[in-house]
Amino acid sequence: MSYLEYTVKSVPSGFRKILYLNWPLTVLLAAVAGIGFLMLYSVAGGSYTPWAGPQMERFAVGLVLMVMIGMVPIWFWRSVSSVAYGISVMLLIGVELFGSVGMGAQRWIDLGFIRLQPSELMKVTLVMFLAAYYDWLPPSKKSRPFWVLIPVVVILLPTALVLRQPDLGTSILLLAAGGGLMFLAGVHWAYFAAVLAAGIGLIAAVFQSRDTTWQLIKNYQYRRIDTFIDPSSDPLGAGYHITQSKIALGSGGWTGRGFMQGTQSRLNFLPEKHTDFIFTTLAEEFGFVGGFSLLVLYALIIFFCVISAMNNRDRFSSLLILGVALNFFLFFSVNMSMVMGLAPVVGVPLPLISYGGSAMLVLMLAFGFVQSAHIHRPR
Amino acid sequence: MKRTRADTEASHRKISRRAAVLGGIQLAFVGGLAARMNFLQVDQADQFRLLAEDNRIKDSLIPPVRGEVFDRNGVQLAKNVPSYRIVVKREDIGDVDVALERLSRVIRLDPDDLERALAEMKRSAPFHPITVAENVSWEDISRVSVNAPALPGVTPEVGLSRIYPLGSDFAHVLGYVGPVSDYDLDQIETPDQVLLIPRFQIGKVGVEAKQEDRLRGDAGVKREEVNATGRIMRELDRREGRQGADLQLTIDAALQSYVQARLGEESASAVVMDCETGDLVAIASSPSFDPNLFVRGISVADYRGLTENTFRPLASKSVQGAYPPGSTFKMMTALAALEEGMAQPDETVYCPGHLEVAGRRFHCWKRGGHGNVDLQNSLKQSCDVYYYDLAVKVGIEKISAMAQRFGLGVRHDVPMSAISEGLTPTMDWKRRVHGQSWVVGDTVNASIGQGFMLASPLQLAVMTARLATGRNVSPRLVKSVDGIEEPSTAGESMGLNENNLRKLRSAMNDVVNDRRGTAYGSRIIAEGMRMAGKTGTSQVRNITAAERARGVIGNDDLPWDRRDHALFVNFAPYENPKYAVSIVVEHGGGGSATAAPIARDITLQALYGGEPPLDAYPSKDRDRIQIQQEHLRGVRPMANLGGSDQA
Repeated sequence: MSYLEYTVKSVPSGFRKILYLNWPLTVLLAAVAGIGFLMLYSVAGGSYTPWAGPQMERFAVGLVLMVMIGMVPIWFWRSVSSVAYGISVMLLIGVELFGSVGMGAQRWIDLGFIRLQPSELMKVTLVMFLAAYYDWLPPSKKSRPFWVLIPVVVILLPTALVLRQPDLGTSILLLAAGGGLMFLAGVHWAYFAAVLAAGIGLIAAVFQSRDTTWQLIKNYQYRRIDTFIDPSSDPLGAGYHITQSKIALGSGGWTGRGFMQGTQSRLNFLPEKHTDFIFTTLAEEFGFVGGFSLLVLYALIIFFCVISAMNNRDRFSSLLILGVALNFFLFFSVNMSMVMGLAPVVGVPLPLISYGGSAMLVLMLAFGFVQSAHIHRPR
Repeated sequence: MKRTRADTEASHRKISRRAAVLGGIQLAFVGGLAARMNFLQVDQADQFRLLAEDNRIKDSLIPPVRGEVFDRNGVQLAKNVPSYRIVVKREDIGDVDVALERLSRVIRLDPDDLERALAEMKRSAPFHPITVAENVSWEDISRVSVNAPALPGVTPEVGLSRIYPLGSDFAHVLGYVGPVSDYDLDQIETPDQVLLIPRFQIGKVGVEAKQEDRLRGDAGVKREEVNATGRIMRELDRREGRQGADLQLTIDAALQSYVQARLGEESASAVVMDCETGDLVAIASSPSFDPNLFVRGISVADYRGLTENTFRPLASKSVQGAYPPGSTFKMMTALAALEEGMAQPDETVYCPGHLEVAGRRFHCWKRGGHGNVDLQNSLKQSCDVYYYDLAVKVGIEKISAMAQRFGLGVRHDVPMSAISEGLTPTMDWKRRVHGQSWVVGDTVNASIGQGFMLASPLQLAVMTARLATGRNVSPRLVKSVDGIEEPSTAGESMGLNENNLRKLRSAMNDVVNDRRGTAYGSRIIAEGMRMAGKTGTSQVRNITAAERARGVIGNDDLPWDRRDHALFVNFAPYENPKYAVSIVVEHGGGGSATAAPIARDITLQALYGGEPPLDAYPSKDRDRIQIQQEHLRGVRPMANLGGSDQA
């Protein structure tokens, strides 16, 4: 069933739409953001400045943004998805040409009122565009090589641009989100098996190429991998992040040191304590109980998204919801893996908790689409 | 594109299936994360908690307060006073050059200090306080405080600094403190942690160095929470250290001050020892220097002035100097012979002015000779031939053995720097050191304290004290530590024949109080205060045959550094010995002319516990003494203090 087929009458209208929001999801998002405020308040040493206050304002703005987007019919978003994808790619090229350099990589474009990170936006618009593509494509053609090649190009174009910034973390997320969406759309599993095999081959090639003339990645990237494999090889250098974050996590124990009692993060042993490594503060102050609770909240967000998608007979809607959920999952799982020493340190924030305007707003925008799909689902 | 209902239904089922698969994978991953979290936070929690404490806590030392030093009456000799320094923190001062330029307009900054501070600043963290000026005056501190708004990050701090109120009077006894140097650290096997505190002050010489262990105390520890860059966030715990012990010396500051002044600018030294207890009541060496200069950091010019001075102000001559004791040694030769039964006090020896030994002629100081002399006369007139004769009979081994029993050639255990061992030569020693065999001429020279024989003023004082008491008196410099009395060094009886000792004392009495004695001019006439002593004049050059042929050249005609040393040892009162005194005036000429008058003044000062009345002196000396006393009152820092400064 497509949006063209359902009657407008069966969909709530006006402000009554607010009542049809996916309320469990909204409450979960607010709960996670609330944990974020607490942690930002704590790492600032018990102060709303410089992080917790602005983060609360941004979440409020994000919440309004989500509701507003949610109230716009999903078929509108479908129709603008290719334009959104196009704009995102243009912005990525714009960053390449005019972007400001931050942390050694070109990631931001300054729009005056906000410093936009186009790669963040890209994660959502890519998913949106692919959902629209598979909505448009007759299901019988989806596994034909030509129709598989098109989304592959659609994924690889922004991935390549992000990789040039260079931002390895985000490009891997884009690749994973795009690939995941193709999988959800029902592309034949043999393609994925082939890509997986090729991927393993590539990793082997990357390691083989080290110190040879055809070296595939940069030396600092090799070092990151080295220190990931053995953090103690460079405890005060690159391995410092991983070692210190494990110390903070581990010292939390079962129930943690208590709110505001964390020593490691507040005393600056942890790098990026308010952004990428904020989970360590939570884990140190609230222990395993706190960390596990957050994990459960995250899992519930995914769960409610999947339920919403399964109950939605509109192909675009369900693919978009699942795509957003997949993005969200990739966000927090990569961040946590990194913090817990299961993945190399790549710059991925903890969704809704890490301090950062761009990521927060884009995330709320994405959940706006989920709400819109939920409200405007065919009944 | 037209869609069929069946198509969309099929695709919806497909998406739902795939969603379930992907959801399952995601759930599995979340489970994996939870397991990892469990492993880190529950299984390995203890280990990580330990590592976290390590990260967070920094122990640092609190330097102990150094013990202070007092004299036997409680006069403070070394004390800690608050000293001010200017400290800057780089993170607060903004532009370093501008800030220091501004500071130097407010107070005078030493360019050397500034350079060192800048170097230190580059090395250390921005919040680390760096000292830019030390021992800053109160005026400068006020000036900095007043200008505080214009000098962000510049703060005055207070610490403790060592000062020696009596300055040069105690320079050689106390020594001084200074910051630990790399050389100091190399000297110590396992340096105390506290020594690694930058600019921690330790004793460098003298009592400050030798009693370092007692004076230093133990460092306290404070436990502070630090962040990753080492900035101190708060103090968690504090264990106070133990402050250094206060020392009370046996020295009488008033007497010491007098002795130092009495020696004046001569290159001389004096030791006053309590014969009964062994307490050293004064140990002086002149010229002296101001130890406070060293604490502050002495300038190159001042230091060169001290090292290039021919009178060697830095040397602590009273314990470090080794001089031929000259005639003051004669008591040892006599006693060796008497104890061995080789001589009797009333046996006489004929002195024709020289003695022929092994084909060599040894002269008496009196060319015409003394005629027949017994022990009493030989000592009184300091006849050399009498002792040559005894020495040849008794031999060097017995003489040196006796001298060692009297503390010569022995390093006395006194906490001062570079204590000299002196030298009491033996046959074996000469063979070992010079590779030559002992000849009888060496014995003859040694018998009158010449030749190889060497002794320090401290050793001569100990010798005199033992002669006066017949007991093994040993010198003691530290009277009490934190109010607890140190063990007595009065000593047991030496087990010598009391008759022999009495004879020697009587002869020493005659040296001073008999009209024909060599020190008759320096006698004391006050009843019950009379002193007994012995003059000594020790040659520092060999008199050549040609010189002798020309006749002995008067000391005054010689360049200073070739003149004889003047020595005098005495004890007083003769009837009931209380103090033993030894004086050495380097290149001072004769013992009777130069050293004995100094010894008398010091002895009287000690006996009266202050300035003696003029009628203690023979009447013809009184005018001269009165002028001298007035002069000395003017130069002594202690003279006007009386007892008022006593703690």
